Amino acid sequence: MARAIVNMPAQAKRGEVIEIKTLAAHPMETGFRRTQLGTLIPRDIIRRFVCTYNGAEIFRVDLHPAMAANPLIAFATVATESGTIAFQWVGDNGYTVTETASIRVE
Amino acid sequence: MTTRREFLVLACGAASITAATSARAQLDPNQAALRRAALQEAVRKVTGGAPVGRGRVKLELPPLVDNGNAVPLSVAVESPMTAADHVKAIHVFTEKNPQPYVLSAYLGPRTARAHLATRIRIADTGTVTAIAQLSDGTFWSDSAEVVVTLSACLEEGLI
Repeated sequence: MARAIVNMPAQAKRGEVIEIKTLAAHPMETGFRRTQLGTLIPRDIIRRFVCTYNGAEIFRVDLHPAMAANPLIAFATVATESGTIAFQWVGDNGYTVTETASIRVE
Repeated sequence: MTTRREFLVLACGAASITAATSARAQLDPNQAALRRAALQEAVRKVTGGAPVGRGRVKLELPPLVDNGNAVPLSVAVESPMTAADHVKAIHVFTEKNPQPYVLSAYLGPRTARAHLATRIRIADTGTVTAIAQLSDGTFWSDSAEVVVTLSACLEEGLI
């Protein structure tokens, strides 16, 4: 159900800057919309995205209702060592998704 | 005697007046001023009252947006991104949304490039602002005017 996609190179040269693109499947319900009967649809958003490289945090984003549905976040990092890059999305109603990708650095 | 046609015209008129007043009733008359104050408050919370310079930040948005529900946005900051001189945070705000906040990204020297791309929601034609906080404690910003033809999330009259 909760799905996320990460796009990044599987291998890189040491010191190379790599582009990471992430996409999480989530409606990002703002909490400002109403149903046809006028009742407010409760807020349901991803509040935080954290990226860690071999356990060290390299990038973090706080998200608000003004982020589009299925939030796309693209950023860059420098390939320092082989290992895993972990991505975590945390949101309302206990939403937590973790995705990992391994990278080989030569 | 009222004909069927006259009755329909009157009924439609009455219905549209009721709809218009009820939509207006939910809006604060000072909505624009309230939104502006909320934006200033949000910016002040980020900067702590420090002066914000223009430049060094490049905010890219399409000038005309068909659909405010997913507007591509990218922010790039001129910075070498070394341990001594890097961008610590990038904050994005909108002027006309119910809340001014869009996102706050926290970067470090390992982020390698002070650049990020995402998609945001914009409720109405207005200004989008990006503020970057550098490691030396200075703040830099860039703004972009966006024209939105289809608003995100909100019904007409509630923007």
